[in-house]
Amino acid sequence: MMDGSKFDDGSMDAQSGEQKIRNFNINFGPQHPAAHGVLRLVLELDGEIVERCDPHIGLLHRGTEKLMESRTYLQNLPYFDRLDYVAPMNQEHSWCLAIEKLTGTEVPYRGQLIRVLFSEIGRVLSHLLNVTTQAMDVGALTPPLWGFEEREKLMVFYERACGARMHAAYFRPGGVHQDIPDQLIDDIEEWAIEFPALLDDIDGLLTENRIFKQRNVDIGIVDAETVHAWGFTGVMARSAGLAWDLRRAQPYECYDEFEFQVPVGKNGDCYDRYLMRMEEMRQSTSIIRQSIVKLREATGDVLARGKITPPKRGEMKTSMESLIHHFKLYTEGFHVPAGEVYAAVEAPKGEFGVYLVADGSNKPYRAKISCAGYRHLQAMDHMATGHQLADVAAIIGTMDIVFGDIDR
Amino acid sequence: MSDDTLKELGLHIEMKRPDCVLGWDVTFGELNIDVAPANIVGFVEFLKTDPNCKFTQMLDITGVDYPERAKRFDVVYHMLSMYQNQRIRLRVGVREDESLPTVTGVFPSANWYERETFDMYGIIFADHPDLRRLLTDYGFRGHPLRKDFPTTGYTEVRYDEAQKRVVYEPVSLTQEYRQFDFMSPWEGAEYILPGDEKEGAK
Repeated sequence: MMDGSKFDDGSMDAQSGEQKIRNFNINFGPQHPAAHGVLRLVLELDGEIVERCDPHIGLLHRGTEKLMESRTYLQNLPYFDRLDYVAPMNQEHSWCLAIEKLTGTEVPYRGQLIRVLFSEIGRVLSHLLNVTTQAMDVGALTPPLWGFEEREKLMVFYERACGARMHAAYFRPGGVHQDIPDQLIDDIEEWAIEFPALLDDIDGLLTENRIFKQRNVDIGIVDAETVHAWGFTGVMARSAGLAWDLRRAQPYECYDEFEFQVPVGKNGDCYDRYLMRMEEMRQSTSIIRQSIVKLREATGDVLARGKITPPKRGEMKTSMESLIHHFKLYTEGFHVPAGEVYAAVEAPKGEFGVYLVADGSNKPYRAKISCAGYRHLQAMDHMATGHQLADVAAIIGTMDIVFGDIDR
Repeated sequence: MSDDTLKELGLHIEMKRPDCVLGWDVTFGELNIDVAPANIVGFVEFLKTDPNCKFTQMLDITGVDYPERAKRFDVVYHMLSMYQNQRIRLRVGVREDESLPTVTGVFPSANWYERETFDMYGIIFADHPDLRRLLTDYGFRGHPLRKDFPTTGYTEVRYDEAQKRVVYEPVSLTQEYRQFDFMSPWEGAEYILPGDEKEGAK
């Protein structure tokens, strides 16, 4: 009632005569530009303070794992591009590593270098998107426009290496699909020399920006305890001061030959994570330049020629066995010895792992995709509770959520 | 990380908790431990707190379906120790009618993974705080990752112009779902080869 003496339903609080106030429930999404995809958050609000946050996921569920069980190992590879579609090749990498672990395949040195090169390009792709769109979530419009221009250039490199801008299917079990031309190496180097200037520009826009700092400093603080309890990896874990990077801790490919720093946060807030992503992009650019120097010297094959990789085109013209091998490889596919492995890479968003159960046939018996965003989003209730509604967008942005790999 | 360190770790764990460990092995440079279903919570807690293990992160929980086995499902836990730089895999065999105690009390991150495993395989996690479906549609029936669930599913959705809402209908395929068999007939064929019919009848 208007005098405040009764509840909504007309009854009255006998003792105090006060009106009871209910918490307010709202739906954030499923279609919300700051949700970075199709995320539905059921938020319970007390005024503008978040009391409870229940993420509903699965709106982009495509049954990837079910589909994978009825396809050959090679046919399954393109599904990985469609998981984290912001940095496609990093996902393929972990699938290839799992198969190589089971079959005991050694990737040739040049193949490893190209993988490192494109993994780092993927990291820059992902961080560029994340840093700039997170800035957009908190009110800045220019950074995404600048960032997407650079992403465009990187996607052209993707295209020149494998023919596709996003869904590359470039990393193959045993190496990479095709060798890259020298001209492309030169162009990537030219880009890597110019790119830090753009980072400085974005830096100038955001780092000391008053509004950006007000929205990010001391928001969504992560401490070491949260990292362990909720299984955080990648930038989220490093922001809490844990220097954990799979490229360092459990090196794969030839990452142990490269010199790079792992930035670590001090406060664990959104602003720290922004600074770390900026620094990681600089480090990745440095790795790209190092790998280019090595690539110029390392001439050789990019695929471990054998049962799981196709023969060279030239051989197929003259050798009947190669022709048969090529035909069988792309119809029946290769067989992977029975066993189970878990292979993980340091994807831009954190640890991306594949648990592969093989039964000795040409199809995986079970493949489980385990991504970092899933664990980060799971902790949303833990992180957002007590924050303002507007901070939810900032926290989702800084978690680096992409629904392709969360929903699978 | 060498196999020897993992073997040492496996021996250590088996010695400390003989009641939980049914067996262990190191294959492909990874430590696998088979755990008794009833003891999983205590064992996971031990792995988390023991100073030689310190597996403080639960990175993945999932199921694997083996329809021909009596213990139909394997529930697989992947844990990571940032302190020791080690990984471990726990396997728990579960029958179809059995439930498994939840480990959400030890690892909050197990929450969604157990929900997903329930969603996909129908494995019940006892005492789970919120065992709802996670990835599938609201009101979905069945458990899609079981081997006897068809890849096409049972229902399909479309927007009905007359009713002005989305309607659910049984799946009708304009073309049959095709699953080609490319296995070499000399190695993997499970059918009788053309011309071999009489051979098979003997």
